[in-house]
Amino acid sequence: MGGRVVTVTSGKGGVGKTTTTANLGLALARLDKRVVVIDADIGLRNLDIVMGLENRIVYDLVDVVEGRAKVKQAMIKHKQFPDLYLIPAAQTRDKSAVSPADMVQLCNDLRKEFDFILIDSPAGIERGFRNAMAPADDILIVTNPEVSAVRDADRVIGLIEAENKGPARLILNRVKMDLVRKGDMLSADDVTDILAVKLIGIVPDDEAVVSASNSGTPVTLQDNSRSGQAFRNIARGCAARTYLSCSLMRKAGC
Amino acid sequence: MTDAKIDIKGVRDGLLILIDENSEWMSAVGELVEKLDKQAAFFAGAKLTINLGSRPVTRHGLSSLKAALDNRKLALSKIMSDSPTTTDAAESLDLRTGPASVAPESDDMGATQRYRTQPFDPNEDTVVGLLVPRTLRSGRSVRSDGHVVVLGDVNAGAEIIAAGDIVIWGVLRGTVHAGAIGDVTARVCALEMAPTQLRIADRYSIAPQDKGRWRRTRPEMARIEGDFIVVEPWQRTARKD
Repeated sequence: MGGRVVTVTSGKGGVGKTTTTANLGLALARLDKRVVVIDADIGLRNLDIVMGLENRIVYDLVDVVEGRAKVKQAMIKHKQFPDLYLIPAAQTRDKSAVSPADMVQLCNDLRKEFDFILIDSPAGIERGFRNAMAPADDILIVTNPEVSAVRDADRVIGLIEAENKGPARLILNRVKMDLVRKGDMLSADDVTDILAVKLIGIVPDDEAVVSASNSGTPVTLQDNSRSGQAFRNIARGCAARTYLSCSLMRKAGC
Repeated sequence: MTDAKIDIKGVRDGLLILIDENSEWMSAVGELVEKLDKQAAFFAGAKLTINLGSRPVTRHGLSSLKAALDNRKLALSKIMSDSPTTTDAAESLDLRTGPASVAPESDDMGATQRYRTQPFDPNEDTVVGLLVPRTLRSGRSVRSDGHVVVLGDVNAGAEIIAAGDIVIWGVLRGTVHAGAIGDVTARVCALEMAPTQLRIADRYSIAPQDKGRWRRTRPEMARIEGDFIVVEPWQRTARKD
């Protein structure tokens, strides 16, 4: 059946979906996988900036869906990894320009040539979310150790279960270990207690993530970064399609 | 709960109201309105289907009923009737219609999921229960005119409204309302009590907010004692009845 479609979503905005998608895309490319990342956040595109490809956009997702461009024309090759491509979102349109069926069709075409198709979902639970969810084989939920982010993740997991998609897997982003130790921040156990889904990655809060995203060179390319390492671990689980849980990774010494 | 003129049942997509076809129309409507006002919390936001049997109701009669519901922000989703007069009247008011003899089917797969309740033995003198065999996540809502049992957690942002008792075989973090039609003897049980809000009949309480570990990891039962909702560990002493 070819490539696997992995959708990154969260419900709440600003928890790190785009950062996670960019880093996973790069980390998978470093593992010699053929990867295409799709920005499904039409009207609020960001993924191109985080990946440092903003100035190369000619055609976008909506151009492909509406037949103005071939898929090949909209795919932007990454500067460093020749097997990594980006399909950017349109900035001048909105979510209704694309339908869930369009996304399924597009992904089915891409499956033939790629190992992984990563979709960066917009925030919310409306049309954009449904577009991103429709073609998904695997679903990664990004959340922060904050009550409001966990609440939204819970809602999204409920919607995914109601559509018989999933199982949803969880990435806990922006964890401040010192605050967790003091009991001032939700721990990974607190979060998995509530959400009851498999936790496949804990990404520590790291200022380097922000500066790396701003400069278009995601943090996973920095070998000495702990957050970069966390994304590389998640990518390894993704590549192997096993999605090791965090407790297992800890035992394995990752 | 059963009355001479009005009968209310929980169905998959809301509440089904049966108005006895032999009663006097205006007094039946008056009784229904009284019921709705007395138990406003239970009815709030519910979608109503009204079964009028074979009673002929004029457009005027039906529109006064609809106005009474509109005033209370209740959605009248469907009229079930075997009378052509009533059906025509309902259609002229843009209401969905159907025959009175079959149960209403849900055509709405929204976030609010309601479950059909059915008696397992109509001869047995018990209240009908509803088993929800999964965790209720944020955004889910369950309503029943009987008891509700959940096998799983009830997460914050989810709600259960039941005329009877609520039993949760898991952690209660969301909002529950037991005895929602006024039964002060209703109870709420959970393996772990950390509700956003817990209501029984017309009382409500929130979990004590002592900052550290407000969560208690033991089975507990909440009920009304005197004027207050008390929560006690599930032990032999709590099981007086």
